[in-house]
Amino acid sequence: MGYLSTLATKRPKTSLFIAAVLWWVIYQALMPMSEMIVGWLPIHRDSHFAGAVQFFLYDAPKVLMLLTGIVFLMGMVNSYFTPERTRALLAGRKEGAANVMAASLGIVTPFCSCSAVPLFIGFVQVGVPLGVTFSFLISAPMVNEVALTFLFAIFGWKIAVLYLALGLSIAIVAGWIIGQLKMERYLEDWVRNIPRVDAATDDVALSLTERINVGFSSVHEIVGKVWPYILVGIAVGAGIHGYVPQDFLANFMGKDAWWAVPLAVVIGIPVYTNAAGVIPIVQALLVKGAALGTVLAFMMSVIALSLPEMIILRKVLKVKLIVTFLSIVAAGILLVGYVFNSVL
Amino acid sequence: MKDIKVLGMGCANCKATLKIIEEVAREKNIEIQLGKIEELQKIMAYGIMSTPGVVVDGKVVHAGGVPSRDKVSSWF
Repeated sequence: MGYLSTLATKRPKTSLFIAAVLWWVIYQALMPMSEMIVGWLPIHRDSHFAGAVQFFLYDAPKVLMLLTGIVFLMGMVNSYFTPERTRALLAGRKEGAANVMAASLGIVTPFCSCSAVPLFIGFVQVGVPLGVTFSFLISAPMVNEVALTFLFAIFGWKIAVLYLALGLSIAIVAGWIIGQLKMERYLEDWVRNIPRVDAATDDVALSLTERINVGFSSVHEIVGKVWPYILVGIAVGAGIHGYVPQDFLANFMGKDAWWAVPLAVVIGIPVYTNAAGVIPIVQALLVKGAALGTVLAFMMSVIALSLPEMIILRKVLKVKLIVTFLSIVAAGILLVGYVFNSVL
Repeated sequence: MKDIKVLGMGCANCKATLKIIEEVAREKNIEIQLGKIEELQKIMAYGIMSTPGVVVDGKVVHAGGVPSRDKVSSWF
């Protein structure tokens, strides 16, 4: 490792290239390797059990490798977009285009839901319009790399892109509507009267080596935290693979049950976890025959609408604004659920 | 003696930050006065946008995420 870190310091571009090639070679070798390992095991290849083992041996490293690669890249991208810089980019802009910008910045700006409120006030303080702030706050947790990687690994890039597009749309439209409703007076008084500041940034530009280190530490932080959830999710999927009838849940949560989508959204609100925590549940629902739109609506609701976050937001927003925010985003998620159920 | 305050509304990362500062100070045998500021209005008065934040002798030295051990050491 000592040698590797010296190389990363002295020749950052070369080491990035070598790492990418290595990653690709290992990724390509996963399928033959999982077949080979199953071949060594004293089990019949055509049995359900062998199928489940092979599914796990292939999917678990595949998802973890994808996640590591994407989280690393996102970590490097994040290092260009500190909350301070994002705020400076949005300060003083008019609604409309700024909603699109805020929602897009929400994807690349590092964000932790426990910082939602300080971030909110920080935006208001430099005069970012309320609706634009909301576009950012909706997109940041909902459209995140863990959710996208998972969807990409399990369902392919089309579903991942669809999730990305719909998540962004909800953030843009919901923020825009909140802006049109002119709800500034529903900010708590102390927030409205908080002294305005200039959105100056005193960022120092990082070197490529430092950005690589940022990438590594986000892998350490994010992958280090979420891997058990992902393994459980895949194990659930593998375990059920071939055992439980595929349409077990189809009657309750299938495409034909129109009420399943709203129910999924409502159930998702008190459930408080991050994108990784919801993955085992999503995996279990899907393999038992729940419709994808219903499950995605549940996933979005869990991540974007959470009761504890509402309670924290109550310190800065009056009830009417919280309810408006909640209803608009919930309506958007409902729409996404129905769209997915009807096109797939 | 260093006066250190952790700014944050009590999330898991804030607790981890308090713990890591305590550990590093103990390792280096440095006497510190460690406190936390959990009230939102007071946190905002320091002008940070991500929590947890760390203030050493009245100066903001960190904002957002749990600081690394190396970074904490550099404050002492």
